[in-house]
Amino acid sequence: MTQTMRTTLLFALVAVLIIGTGIVQSWNSALFILNMGLVSAVMALGVNLQWGLAGLFNVGIMGFVALGGLAVVLTSTPPVTEAWAAGGLRIIGGLVLGALSIALAILTWQKAPRKWRGYAVAAIIIGGFFLFRAVFDPGVAAVEAYDAAISGNLGGLGLPVLLSWPMGGLLAAGAAWFIGKTALGLRSDYLAIATLGIAEIVIAVLKNEDWLARGVKNVIGLPRPVPYEIDLQNDPAFVERAASLGLDATTASTLWVKLQYSLLLTAVLVLILVLAQLSRNSPWGRMMRAIRDNETAARAMGKDVTKRHLQVFILGSAICGIAGAMMTTLDGALTPTTYQPLRFTFLIWVMVIVGGSGNNLGAVLGGFLIWFLWVQVEPMGQALINGITMGMGDGALKDHLQDSVQHMRLLTMGVVLLVVLRFSPRGLLPER
Amino acid sequence: MDLLNALVAFGNFVFVPAVAYGSQLALGALAVTLIYGILRFSNFAHGDTMALGTMVTIIATWGLQSVGISLGPLPTALFAIPVGIAFTAVLVLGTDRLVYRFYRKQKVAPVIMVIVSIGVMFIYNGLTRLVLGPDDQNFADGERFLISARDFKAMTGLSEGLAIRTTQVLTVVTAILVVAALFWFLNRTRTGKSMRAYSDNEDLALLSGIDPERVVRVTWIIVAALATIAGVLYGLDKTYKPFTYFQLVLPIFAAAIVGGLGSPLGAIAGGFVIAFSEVAITYAWKKVLVYALPEPLEPSGLMQLLSTDYKFAVSFVILVIVLLFRPTGLFKGKSV
Repeated sequence: MTQTMRTTLLFALVAVLIIGTGIVQSWNSALFILNMGLVSAVMALGVNLQWGLAGLFNVGIMGFVALGGLAVVLTSTPPVTEAWAAGGLRIIGGLVLGALSIALAILTWQKAPRKWRGYAVAAIIIGGFFLFRAVFDPGVAAVEAYDAAISGNLGGLGLPVLLSWPMGGLLAAGAAWFIGKTALGLRSDYLAIATLGIAEIVIAVLKNEDWLARGVKNVIGLPRPVPYEIDLQNDPAFVERAASLGLDATTASTLWVKLQYSLLLTAVLVLILVLAQLSRNSPWGRMMRAIRDNETAARAMGKDVTKRHLQVFILGSAICGIAGAMMTTLDGALTPTTYQPLRFTFLIWVMVIVGGSGNNLGAVLGGFLIWFLWVQVEPMGQALINGITMGMGDGALKDHLQDSVQHMRLLTMGVVLLVVLRFSPRGLLPER
Repeated sequence: MDLLNALVAFGNFVFVPAVAYGSQLALGALAVTLIYGILRFSNFAHGDTMALGTMVTIIATWGLQSVGISLGPLPTALFAIPVGIAFTAVLVLGTDRLVYRFYRKQKVAPVIMVIVSIGVMFIYNGLTRLVLGPDDQNFADGERFLISARDFKAMTGLSEGLAIRTTQVLTVVTAILVVAALFWFLNRTRTGKSMRAYSDNEDLALLSGIDPERVVRVTWIIVAALATIAGVLYGLDKTYKPFTYFQLVLPIFAAAIVGGLGSPLGAIAGGFVIAFSEVAITYAWKKVLVYALPEPLEPSGLMQLLSTDYKFAVSFVILVIVLLFRPTGLFKGKSV
C-alpha cells in the first residue's frame, strides 16, 4: 500500500468514526469531537515540530496551552477600570521592577569582575525581590478587593477575541524563549524536567494570581467569535430555515454554532499545516532534520545547533499556545483546575507518537484518532463493564467496577502508546 | 527578644518537617538515580510506581486492621510494607521483561526510553485509579505524636511548642536504616560492586563477566523497595492521593539532578537541599522573627517569601540554577 493511499484511508476512517458518532449518538457530540479533534491536531502539530523535526523532548505542553488560555482572558475581556485605578499601576510597576532587577543581575554577572560578582548578583536578586514585593503586594490586594465576587482582576484589553489566538502564540513563545535559553544545549532529559517544571508553575500562577485571571474563581462568559444560541433562537429567519430542514430551533442553533467553530478551527489548522509542510520541505526543514539525525555532523558543517533548537522550540510552543487559546475560546471559560498534565501534556505525546512522529499529516491524524478514543473509551468501557457485571448480584464489587470505568482511559492510552512504540515505532503514518 | 522560643518555633515549623520531607525525597531520588545509573534513562513512571506500591501496602494494612493486628503505637502499615515491596517488585520486574528489555536490547536513545516510561506511567496511574480511585486515603494509625506541643510546653515552660509526630521520627529512622543498608550493599557485597561497575563502565563490566540482566533485575528490586518505602512514609506523614505522587516526580527529579544524576550520595544531599529550600521559602517566618528580633524590628507582615502553592517553583528555580552553573550537579554525576 502506498503512503498516499494509507493516508487517505486512515483519514477516511476518522471521517467515518466522527460521522458514525453523529448517526449513532448525536450530531452534537460528533461536532464536539470534531472541534476538540481540530484543536488537538494543532497541538500535535506544534509538538511534532519540536519532536519530529528537531528531536526536542518537551513535556510542558500543558503550560503553553494554559498560557494560550490566559491570553484569551487578557485580550478579549473588557478592562476593569476601577481595579486599574485601584492598583493596576502598582502591579505593573512591581513586575517591571522585578524584570529590571533580573536583567541587572544578569548584566552584573556578565560584566562585573569574577571576584565579587557572585555576592553582587545575590544582593541584587534579594534586594530586588523585596522591592518587588513591597511595590507589588499592595497593588494586588487593592485589585483583588475590588468587587471580588464578579471581577477582582484587572480584566483584559477588550479586543476582538480572534486576536487572542495569535496573542496566545506570542505569550507561549515568550515562555518558551525563557525555558529554551536555560535548558537547551544540555542533555535531553534536562529539557524534559525543565519543561515539566515550567508547566506546573504556569498552572500555579493561573490558580493563585487572582488579579490576573481570577484564579480558581474561573473566568466565564468569554466573548465569542460566533453568534449566541439564544440570539439565533430568537431570530425568526433562523427558526424558519431550521424548520425547513426539519430541525427544532434549539438543536439547530447549537449545531450551527458548533459548525461555525469547526470552520474557524479548520481554517487555522489548514493554515498551520500548510506552513508546517512548507517549512519541513524548505532548506530550513532539511537543516533541522540533519541536526536531528546527526548533531555532531551538523555542527561540523557550521550550523548553530543551539540557536536552531531554540528557534524550533519557540515555534512549536507558540503553536501549542495558539491551540490553547482556540480551546479556551471554544469552551468560553478559563478554568485553571482543568489543566491536568496527563490530559494536556502526555495525551498530546500519545497523539504524536501514534500518528507518526516527523510526519505532519500523521500528527493531525493522531490528534483526531486519539481524541476520539479518549472520548469514546468511557462509553465503550461502560458497555463492557455492564456486560461483565450483568450476571453479578448487587454488591460492593459490582459498584466498584462500575465506578472505576471512568479511569479506563488512562490504562487504554498507556496500552495504545506501548503497543505502537513496540510494533510500529514510526507510527501509523511514518515519516518518509 | 526570646531566642529559645524562636529556636523552638523554627524547629517545629521548619526543621522537623523539612527533615522528614527531605528523607522522603532522598529515598525517591535514590531510586531515580539508580535507574539512571544502571538503565540509563530518567524514569517518569517513578511517582506512579510509588503510588502503586503504597496502594498495595494500604490494602494490606486494611487487611491487617480488619483481623485486628496492630503494632501498638506504631502504624500498622509498617507490617504491611513487605507485601507492598513484594508486589511492586513483581510488577516492575514484569514491566521490565515485557516492555523495557526489548528497547534495552536494541540500545535505543535514552529519550525513547523516557517516552516508553511515560506509557508505563499511564498504565500504573490507570491501575491505581482502577483499584483505589483517585481520592485521598487515610491509613495511618497508632500513636499520633511522640511529643505533642502541649506536653513540650508543660515540660519546658516555653510558650512555643515543639510537636514531633511519630510518622516524622519513623520517616527519618527508616530512611537512615534504608540508606545505610543500601550503601553497605553497594560498597561491600559482590552484587553491589558489580552494579557500581556496570554503572561506571558498561563495556568493562561486560568484559569482566558481569551478567547485565542480573544487575538490571537487582536494580529493579531495589527500586521497588525504595519506591514503596518512600511512598508509604510520604503517605503516612502527609496524605495518600495518587495525583500528589505523580506530582512528586518534579521535586524528586530536581533532587536527583541537583545532587548529580547517577550519584547515590548526591541524591540524598539533593533531597535535603530541595526539601529545606521548599519549606524555608514557603514558610511564614513571622512567628520566628517576632521571637528572634528586638521589639522595634518586629515584622508586621507574614514574612512569607512565596505562597505554599508555589512550592514547585522552588524546586524548579534550584534546578535551573544548578543546570546553569553546575550541570553535573553538586556531586559530579553524569553529564552525558
